Amino acid sequence: MVIELSNIKKDFGKHKVLKGVDLSFSEGKIYSILGPNGSGKTTLMKSILGLVKPSSGAITVCGKDAINDFKQREFIGYAPQIARFPENLTVNEVIKLVTSIRKQPSNPDPLIQLFEIDSFRTQRLKNLSGGTRQKVNLALSLMFDSKIYILDEPTSGLDPINRIRLKELLLDLKQQGKTILVTTHILHLAEQISDELIFLLEGKIKYSGPTEELMSMTSSENLEQAIAKLIQQQTEKEQAHV
Amino acid sequence: MFNVFKYVLFDLLRSKWSIVYTLFYVLSSSALLYFANSSTSAVAGLMNIVLFITPLVSLLLGVIYFYQNRDFAELLLAQPIRRTQYFLGNYLGLITALIANLLVGIGLPALLISNETTAFTELSILILSGVLLTLIFSALALLITLLNENRIKGFGYAIIIWLFFAVIYDGLFLMLLLYFNDYPLETFALVGVILNPMDLCRVLILLQLDLSALMGFTGAVFQQYFGSTFGFVTALTSGLVWVALPLAFLIKKGNTKDF
Ligand SMILES: Nc1ncnc2c1ncn2[C@@H]1O[C@H](COP(=O)(O)OP(=O)(O)OP(=O)(O)O)[C@@H](O)[C@H]1O
Ligand SMILES: [Mg+2]
Repeated sequence: MVIELSNIKKDFGKHKVLKGVDLSFSEGKIYSILGPNGSGKTTLMKSILGLVKPSSGAITVCGKDAINDFKQREFIGYAPQIARFPENLTVNEVIKLVTSIRKQPSNPDPLIQLFEIDSFRTQRLKNLSGGTRQKVNLALSLMFDSKIYILDEPTSGLDPINRIRLKELLLDLKQQGKTILVTTHILHLAEQISDELIFLLEGKIKYSGPTEELMSMTSSENLEQAIAKLIQQQTEKEQAHV
Repeated sequence: MFNVFKYVLFDLLRSKWSIVYTLFYVLSSSALLYFANSSTSAVAGLMNIVLFITPLVSLLLGVIYFYQNRDFAELLLAQPIRRTQYFLGNYLGLITALIANLLVGIGLPALLISNETTAFTELSILILSGVLLTLIFSALALLITLLNENRIKGFGYAIIIWLFFAVIYDGLFLMLLLYFNDYPLETFALVGVILNPMDLCRVLILLQLDLSALMGFTGAVFQQYFGSTFGFVTALTSGLVWVALPLAFLIKKGNTKDF
């Protein structure tokens, strides 16, 4: 297993966001983490990176402790949900900055070409459009040859053509044996690219496993239906409880 | 850490604040050195500027700048770098930039306007005090931004801290002195000075200028105490403790913070 989480809990003050999450991720697969707004997807991803410190539980990445150490990040390329940059730098300068801090060779050119942002390379980040910023965000996370890519809402702000480009790129990376974690609210995208789905609801894993299995388990024809049924089950359970 | 440091340093040195701050010192020190009747009175005048302005600029510029960097902390902390290295890189970048501003702002005019009566030892002590104050108040600025996500609050704390040490502290201290005037005052006064970095630096400079007589009874006590090598070392050590404590607390808090 490339990433393992055991019994991860996280509260922000009184607010319990993750309530005991057990997951493992293996090589050469794409995992989609689904769930409503505020269900804890970003918190889960940030815990793997050590950006958020879990209240309890253990996480290992390639066998290394991910909570108290920092070495696991050598293996991870991460694109945050909301990309924030040193606004006065140009695209080229931010690429150089991140490369110098990471101390690994980077290869941004193919990504710059793929997303057609060559003409923005000498522009300051504060002047870029939202979609272009997102492309820079993706380029920064994918420009290193990492074992793992963690992408939080990678399609947000991308036009349909670039969404397709990204999809193909992710499938290509998977072929190279990378482990990829994405969150998305675009269910048909999740359906197309994922090997496994993780459905998070109120800080607990409601489903984790292959996409087809979820469909047959809920006797649904597509992912929308399957997810709707999972949420319905939960509501019924809660009502029975009351 | 070095790459974070390098980024912060050059980012700050290019900023307009840095230029304004340097110019401020260039102008005020040139004016004082040029117009004051003696080198000592120039240093005494500069002392008041350094004692008040260095902490104020370190706090305000530090808070503004660290909040600005807070925005993309996630980008850098997602890379394989220790949090401690990230924070220290930020800190070292800020203090190096501010100290460079101070050295150029006071040192350059002093060298250009200097003549045989220029009191270089006194100027050095003044600059040393400025450096010490920069180290202390920059550490406090970084600590404030780490502990307060709310920027308005953070900014408010920075101003309160400055007001406290620059204005309120001396008033409180005097009141306590009056209130406890039955007790032996020497130790009390010494401790009072050590607990306020601005007072600490003021005493160091005044002793060097031999103006401690102006400070009356306490001046005599300080002369006796801080005038000795032991006193000087104590003063410097307490200054460094003032740097180390916020930094240690910062590293402890920084390691458990959620980004
Ligand atoms: N630093 C923080 N301090 C306090 N609460 C937080 C913090 N970070 C996240 N939360 C809370 O944790 C919950 C989960 O947030 P999270 O960002 O993980 O959700 P998400 O599943 O990614 O949602 P979305 O689909 O909107 O991106 C939210 O209620 C959020 O308000
Ligand atoms: Mg999110």
